[in-house]
Amino acid sequence: MESFGISRDGHEWHFVVCMKVVPKPEEVRVDPETRRLDRAGARSEINPPDMNALEMALQLKDRFGGRVSIVSMGPPFFEPYLRVGLAMGADHIYLLSDRKFGGADTLATTYTLARGIQKLGPVDLVFCGEESSDGATGQVPPGLAEWLDFHQITLVTQVELDPLRRVVRGRRERPGGYEILEVPLPAVISVKTGCNEPRFMDYRLKPWAFAPERVTVWSAADLQVDEAFVGVAGSPTQVSGLAQAPSRERKRIRLEGSPEEVARLLAERLREIM
Amino acid sequence: MAASLYGPDEAQPALWVYLEHEEGVLERVSLELLSKSRALADAAGWRVAGLLLGHAVDPLVEQAFAWGADEVWVADHPLLEPFRVETHTAVAFQAILQGRPSVFLCGATPNGRDLAGRLAVRLRTGLTADCTDLRLDLEQGGVLIGEVTGFGGGIVALITMPRHRPQMATVRPGVFPLSSPQPGRTGVVIPLEVNLRPEELRTRVVERVVGRGVDLTQAPVLVVGGRGIHGRFDLLQELAALLGGEVGATRPPVDEGLIGRERQVGQTGVVCRPKVAIVCGASGAFQFVVGIQNAGTVIAVNTDPEAPIFEFADYGVVGDALQVIPALIEALRAERVAV
Ligand SMILES: Cc1cc2nc3c(=O)[nH]c(=O)nc-3n(C[C@H](O)[C@H](O)[C@H](O)COP(=O)(O)OP(=O)(O)OC[C@H]3O[C@@H](n4cnc5c(N)ncnc54)[C@H](O)[C@@H]3O)c2cc1C
Ligand SMILES: Cc1cc2nc3c(=O)[nH]c(=O)nc-3n(C[C@H](O)[C@H](O)[C@H](O)COP(=O)(O)OP(=O)(O)OC[C@H]3O[C@@H](n4cnc5c(N)ncnc54)[C@H](O)[C@@H]3O)c2cc1C
Repeated sequence: MESFGISRDGHEWHFVVCMKVVPKPEEVRVDPETRRLDRAGARSEINPPDMNALEMALQLKDRFGGRVSIVSMGPPFFEPYLRVGLAMGADHIYLLSDRKFGGADTLATTYTLARGIQKLGPVDLVFCGEESSDGATGQVPPGLAEWLDFHQITLVTQVELDPLRRVVRGRRERPGGYEILEVPLPAVISVKTGCNEPRFMDYRLKPWAFAPERVTVWSAADLQVDEAFVGVAGSPTQVSGLAQAPSRERKRIRLEGSPEEVARLLAERLREIM
Repeated sequence: MAASLYGPDEAQPALWVYLEHEEGVLERVSLELLSKSRALADAAGWRVAGLLLGHAVDPLVEQAFAWGADEVWVADHPLLEPFRVETHTAVAFQAILQGRPSVFLCGATPNGRDLAGRLAVRLRTGLTADCTDLRLDLEQGGVLIGEVTGFGGGIVALITMPRHRPQMATVRPGVFPLSSPQPGRTGVVIPLEVNLRPEELRTRVVERVVGRGVDLTQAPVLVVGGRGIHGRFDLLQELAALLGGEVGATRPPVDEGLIGRERQVGQTGVVCRPKVAIVCGASGAFQFVVGIQNAGTVIAVNTDPEAPIFEFADYGVVGDALQVIPALIEALRAERVAV
């Protein structure tokens, strides 16, 4: 299972993929009493664009050799989900896990992820998803790039690596258009949901992928973090209150009849409004 | 807790808006943010400033004043065009340290999010994402309260960062209405020094295609399809075309690839403010409803009389959208012929 590692020019490519485990959106229920999100009953999954990010990294590994490391900050239950990435072709998982990391906002999350990635030694590219399906801030990729002092290309659907010039080119999607950007390595790339077909896991790899030694867990002490920057303590933002969402009063009038009859009533209403 | 590069005591009573522009026009979301900031500043006795980075941007300065800015901080340099996160972060960072605003706002657009995400880390401050409303708590000395959805049905969370400055937030396009501009209104232009050198610039723009993508936030009529329309977006398209509107969708059809993600309405999609929203085959999940709560009138069509969407609708039709919509298209066509 050891990868071929060293490319012809002697450089060992190292691609990192940041992956987060999120509750499946369709299974998150709203508690009718408290009206808070009830994630307890929801099964989890890997954040969908993170699978596209992994696929992009694996394609580069297929082509240039080297290794793919998965990095995730989260509780121990993330582990089995992440191991699927190993059975798809990644080489190792680094799980940054410590009670002290809990309650992190994006400043603390990006700091912690950056410390983890720095501990890996030299890396060429760090892939992220464009945004998570729960927090959905999209702030992690640029924030991580900033802590690492790497260049970035976000919202990418395609990448091309030029090993000789040591640059990466990415197609960045924008509303109604796109741009092709080129930055030197190392760089952070955020990947658009659905831009490729993540490969199936290779069932023959499963026993290997689920061997204990495939996962390294790093705590706050292992990462030698400055504790003022992690978890709740390192998070400038706080939830200072909850409020009822302002909702507009609606008329709630039912229109009844055959499709033709209600269509006529709707057409009348539309004429009045517009 | 680690401190930001400057704290509340050193911050100026000012709201700054990052002014995004493309092809010589200010992005609408920047004008929305100026409008909102003006209202907040008037109530608080604060200043509003626009941060304008680009090349040959002079004509935009007047616009910023007309929409409510008291000051425009301008960096005019060829290397600032087009937007690159590398150059804009560097210049915005210097400007912020110079002006020390209490609040810094960006549109939650691809460029706004990239810039804000890097700047917040460089400034060691917090960043509230995708606010649906903003308030200033003056009793606490000007704490910005960002209202965000996503924590549960009918609940909004109020996010603050009392000890860090600037208080950064991104706001979705379409959330705030535009105020009316005051042509001839003026203010102070503050030129910024730009120390960028071409040989130090690392991001190369190889190709750039600018387009006007679909902008659901500006559609006067929105016809939304949920899982219950079973992929028949062609019907909705026909209806939308008749009404001069656009087609939107709930998340499931987007996830299934039946329609583009840029058309997703709701918490993780677009927040719209059409005159009329016609919602077909959507149950009315809270994460969806936030996307249409600013609509003038909501019409819902759903087979299930108990569907929550009816609570959020002015006119509700219990019925099969695949029958009602074709009938409505017929009725509207007949009307046209009559006129
Ligand atoms: C409803 C809600 C609203 C929130 N609002 C804010 C807010 O306004 N400001 C704020 O600072 N925080 C906010 N948070 C907290 C924020 O979600 C967390 O900080 C989270 O750890 C990272 O942010 P994200 O999920 O938004 O990531 P995004 O930036 O959306 O994720 C992009 C990519 O970064 C990578 N990534 C993200 N998290 C991890 C991880 N833990 N491990 C590995 N890779 C990762 C993945 O590749 C992912 O696809 C919010 C959380 C919730 C649930
Ligand atoms: C963090 C998070 C963020 C989210 N963000 C969003 C978001 O931005 N936007 C969004 O939309 N969702 C979002 N969701 C998902 C949301 O919770 C709902 O799952 C989703 O809105 C449901 O879509 P729907 O109403 O189309 O489907 P369903 O809930 O399956 O409803 C389908 C409806 O169609 C009706 N129906 C069936 N057949 C017909 C017919 N022939 N004619 C008429 N009616 C029919 C049914 O009665 C039913 O009410 C988010 C979820 C989470 C957890």
